[in-house]
Amino acid sequence: MSNIFKIALRNLLRYKRRTLLTATLVTLGVVFVLVFTAVSGSFKQMMISQITDSMMGHLQIHRKGYVAAIDTLPLNLGIKQQGYEKIEALLKQEQGIAAYSPRIKFGGMFSNFMETTNIRLNGVFPEKEFATVPLLPERVNSGRKSLQRGEIMVPELLARGMNVKVGDTVVIVATNQSGSVNGKQFLVSAILESASGPGGRDGYLHFDDAVELLRMEQLEISEVAVRLKQFGKLHKLENKLRGQLEAQKNPKGKPVFELHSWEALSPFAKIAKMLDLMTLFIKIMLVSIVLISIMNVMMMAVFERVREIGTIAAIGTPPSTIRSLFLVEGLCLGLFGAVAGTVIGSLIILIINLSNITFSFGQQTGLILKTSLVPGDILMVSIIVVVVSVLATLQPAIKASKMRPIDALRHV
Amino acid sequence: MALVIAEQVSKTYHTGETEVEALKGISFSIETGSFVSFVGPSGSGKTTLLNLIGCLDAPSGGCLKVVGTDVATLDRTQGAAFRGSEMGFIFQDFNLLPVLSVFENVEYPLLMIQKTPEAERRKRVMALLEAVGMADQALKRPDQISGGQKQRVAVARALVTNPKLVLADEPTANLDHATAFMVISLMKQLRDQFGTTFVFSTHDPRIVGEAEVLHTLEDGVLKNSELMKGGTAQ
Repeated sequence: MSNIFKIALRNLLRYKRRTLLTATLVTLGVVFVLVFTAVSGSFKQMMISQITDSMMGHLQIHRKGYVAAIDTLPLNLGIKQQGYEKIEALLKQEQGIAAYSPRIKFGGMFSNFMETTNIRLNGVFPEKEFATVPLLPERVNSGRKSLQRGEIMVPELLARGMNVKVGDTVVIVATNQSGSVNGKQFLVSAILESASGPGGRDGYLHFDDAVELLRMEQLEISEVAVRLKQFGKLHKLENKLRGQLEAQKNPKGKPVFELHSWEALSPFAKIAKMLDLMTLFIKIMLVSIVLISIMNVMMMAVFERVREIGTIAAIGTPPSTIRSLFLVEGLCLGLFGAVAGTVIGSLIILIINLSNITFSFGQQTGLILKTSLVPGDILMVSIIVVVVSVLATLQPAIKASKMRPIDALRHV
Repeated sequence: MALVIAEQVSKTYHTGETEVEALKGISFSIETGSFVSFVGPSGSGKTTLLNLIGCLDAPSGGCLKVVGTDVATLDRTQGAAFRGSEMGFIFQDFNLLPVLSVFENVEYPLLMIQKTPEAERRKRVMALLEAVGMADQALKRPDQISGGQKQRVAVARALVTNPKLVLADEPTANLDHATAFMVISLMKQLRDQFGTTFVFSTHDPRIVGEAEVLHTLEDGVLKNSELMKGGTAQ
């Protein structure tokens, strides 16, 4: 086999310029795919983590029917104490869960004593919430990265519009499930930077304050946000938890709870899918580039070497060996392109990372683009290039091996 | 013992609607160790006949046995294996592989076809390069040597597998007279040394006299078979 490689390599080097051009084309294709995959992949991961780690969590559990009416923040579709205890027991026994946080979500009126506006609020246990969405404290623009009873974290845009600062006293007025209105004074403890996605412009107050404000006689939790230890196991754990939650039935035999991943709740999931689709198209383009350029160069090689093929066939070279000689040429071109493309692509990615390129996502600005190449991506792209290179050479190689030596020797 | 037996061998080519009878039922035999030449003008059927003997083409009619094998029964792969083990070829245009050195060109059939071990390969290649006077040029590429030297390398390549039969189609056509004579003398010398049967075609009258058995072809018909110097013609 090494002799076939030796002859194939020498044949490639025989037409240096052509080989270099083809190899460069394949290399550029690999570089483009790797850099695009790394940048888009990193962008996607960063966006996902911004959404899941700063407000949504990876999974959310609601009472059945809540998500369908989520825009109205219904107070009559909460999870009762007994239901929450079942969920808590289930989450505690699951090894893959890192943290969970019960929330009371409601709408209210926000007043600075001079003006009033609407606000969406989350009543949370700060320790549990910060463990479930660890980027939430990072969103604090000014004030304390903590929350105590009687305090409120106000979203930035609302604070700016209402001219509210840290340390100010504000009033929240809310209507509870039975229609009674109640108001309560809060101290602004922090101004929160807005985040893109559902819940990104909500305010936060203590869970017990929410219970008091809404005059809840019995606990009614709007949702339980869940954070996983490993994001990669999202779908596996989602399916497992869904099965367990759907086993909880009401007296009519219908499921009591519903479980959604961040993908089902955030519109960004569609953008993430589009990025995946674009990556797929880029890979298809790479396949086309490799296929066409290598097939073209190998067809030329066969055409130019007809008499040589005739000679080696005449002196007894088996058709399979002739086929291998050409296939190995294509393989070498593909291997070179894959290796050179990976090296150059890695260097470009390193340069991107060292350049500290920043970008904006929704209201968030100054996010640093940190790209990384996953070994699996490199392997996948390399395999695609090498396999396609060999496939592109297959037709010319078969043609060469099927040439009748007598016809090939007559070729001028 | 006859190495090649041809009985009423014919070959017809179809060019569009035209039929060309290149060989019209010729019969002859070639004895082992003989030095045979087919002569005749262009279009007489010399190359066609050598192609048939070399299993590069199949006869349209008659029976052609080479080293005891009916060449018409061989498929593509069997034909290649048969050629690789029993025959050597010398071409008019030398047909050395340009990416290989002189040594590697001679080594090629042993390496790529017969899979001979390295030590044995080196021994046989160097012995033949010595025999054809090209040992000192072993590392050169074909584009670095002259036409006569190329043909000597081609002769060495044809003999390296110890074939029973070497076929040479117009081996001296692209060489000057002195070089042509030298190549034919070399072939004869190697026949004496290794006992290989040489069959070559030519229309060069200066070379014809070197053959021991001379078959004359004309319009696809074997006109004459002539014993020259101590040969055995049938």
